[in-house]
Amino acid sequence: MKLLIRRALGPLALASSVATFVMGYFITPPDKVQGDLARLVYIHPAEAWVALYLSFGTATIASALYLWPRTRSMVADRVAEAAVEVATLFIGLTLLTGSIWGRPTWGVWWVWDARLTSTAVLGVLMLGYLALRRANDDPQVRAKRSAVFAILTAVNIPIIHFSVMWWKTLHQGATVFTENRDLKIHGSMAWTLLLSFLAFSLNFAWMVRARYRIADREAGQRDSDLDAALVARRTETAS
Amino acid sequence: MAVASLCDVVVTAGSFPLLSGVTLTLEPTVTYVITGSNGAGKTSLLRLLAGLEAPSRGSGTVLGFDICSSQRRELRRHVGWLGHEMSFYADLSPVENLKFAARTTGADVAAITPALDRVGLAQRSKVPMKFLSAGQQRRVSMAWFMVRRPQLWLMDEPYASLDDEGRDLLSELLVTAQTSGATIVLTSHGLLPPEIDAASIVMVGGRIAKVAS
Amino acid sequence: MIRLVLLVAQKDLLIERRSRVLLWQVAPFGLMTLVLCGLAVGPTASTQARLAPGLFYIVLTLVSLLVINRTSQLESSRGTVTSIQILGMDPGSVFLGKALAMWVQLATVGSALLVGTTVLLHVSVRAAVLTLPVLLLASATLSLAGVLYGRIAASSANAGTLLPALALPAFAPVLIAGERAFSSLVVASPLARWVWLLSVALVAYASVGLLLYGALEES
Repeated sequence: MKLLIRRALGPLALASSVATFVMGYFITPPDKVQGDLARLVYIHPAEAWVALYLSFGTATIASALYLWPRTRSMVADRVAEAAVEVATLFIGLTLLTGSIWGRPTWGVWWVWDARLTSTAVLGVLMLGYLALRRANDDPQVRAKRSAVFAILTAVNIPIIHFSVMWWKTLHQGATVFTENRDLKIHGSMAWTLLLSFLAFSLNFAWMVRARYRIADREAGQRDSDLDAALVARRTETAS
Repeated sequence: MAVASLCDVVVTAGSFPLLSGVTLTLEPTVTYVITGSNGAGKTSLLRLLAGLEAPSRGSGTVLGFDICSSQRRELRRHVGWLGHEMSFYADLSPVENLKFAARTTGADVAAITPALDRVGLAQRSKVPMKFLSAGQQRRVSMAWFMVRRPQLWLMDEPYASLDDEGRDLLSELLVTAQTSGATIVLTSHGLLPPEIDAASIVMVGGRIAKVAS
Repeated sequence: MIRLVLLVAQKDLLIERRSRVLLWQVAPFGLMTLVLCGLAVGPTASTQARLAPGLFYIVLTLVSLLVINRTSQLESSRGTVTSIQILGMDPGSVFLGKALAMWVQLATVGSALLVGTTVLLHVSVRAAVLTLPVLLLASATLSLAGVLYGRIAASSANAGTLLPALALPAFAPVLIAGERAFSSLVVASPLARWVWLLSVALVAYASVGLLLYGALEES
């Protein structure tokens, strides 16, 4: 099963991405009001889903698992790091595609809307997380500090969100669901939207796995280096 | 029961092994002197015994506390430490520093003034630590040992920076501690005064090369 | 626990009283930044008064970075760190004690800056006095968060430049809530939700600190 997942994840991510592109670009109709611009709905919400929920959620859970003494392991630290790197990329993409949509719709590249501002602040915090990791060489120190920072960020995000929401809100209302949880879009558009979520989620899984493997190999290399250093150290003689 | 029991302990800084596999048993009420060239791992071993370093590999207990777990914090409360660098806060005076330390650990605050008198700092007890010489700062640490009376004394090059009077004072302090049943581990590059009866631990390349009583 | 909290706070404040960093370095920096803000928004008194709450909280946020850095530096030398670690103090009490000391310092500088804002940026004395409780709440929140972020950045490579990168984004809600609450007093609109938000942030930081400061101390 593991082998199947390992082999199939990449091709599945690629295939679903291509399918989303074909469906979103060629098969679904343009929107009555927004025209082709509305096709961003097949990218932007799925990017935000990966950035704000999947990636950041994974990083938060992995960080909590690292901090909990019974579940502490460097595996959790590596997953958290991989998820934050993916989150940073997808936050960037979310902001970029949001801006591309916002310019013709709102007339400006940037608005001080709650979701946008919270996402941007989260992006800066994620950059801070990556900076923090690079400022500490010792793997255990790095893991602990990064995990605490990730938990602090998770606690902060709702506070940031509410603060900006009360400050000002302009964002496009719910696109996919109405308040009664009924679908607002139908037919091929709904299926393509659903497919985009699947495709981006698979891409997230593939990227985190790939990044985790790199971190795992780096850790393996560090272990080998330590073994070699231990051998060298043990052969030192009194001067 | 042994004061410390270490089994193949490795301590790293980045990917450099400060200790490359230390196996050692320390018996109670014995004084040990660790010798070895620069970089042999003497200070790292002391820090490990103090619960200030976590092992990357291996296992061990000190004063019954597991040094691989969060028990290290509890261990620290039972050891005394004298290091190379200035202890405590540079902007506070010896009295203020020792009062803070005593109040946080429940040690006897009334013992501070006599201890500072004994180490010859009665006149300088209210001067900020940063204005004291290296030798005087060491004397403050010695006064803290007198107030704290720890079970395990860990001293890194304790005779360094001390004048003759300071060295005599330290020897007297160590002999008193020995007779009162404390275990002492200190590092030294030179010979110890003859009144200190110590077992020798020789370190080479981050491990124990020889233990001789 | 309370005894240890007070001991740690008393010690940090005693060091501050000795070194006078707050008086001779932090407060002048804050006041100078306030003057620069006044120069940046132009000479019109009404514009200055309108922007004053935001400018005040920006300066307070910048000042808090200096105070956090200073507090972290108290335990930056290896000898000090070791001798304090050997005391084996309860990390939750250390966290609260350091936050309490930082709060006293931030509230003091903040109050001086509030006087400066009233004089330089033409805010009414009534609004400045009424915003004092909110300032105390905001500086308490900044202190709790500051001790945590200061400890995260401490002993890292380039800790001085790392701290703003970590802490400033997280301080955004305090800035917003403080500014809105102050502005509410200037233009007489409701401020309850901002006080509530600051209180939630305060409780959140205190809880995370009590739970996780020990893990940070061990790193």
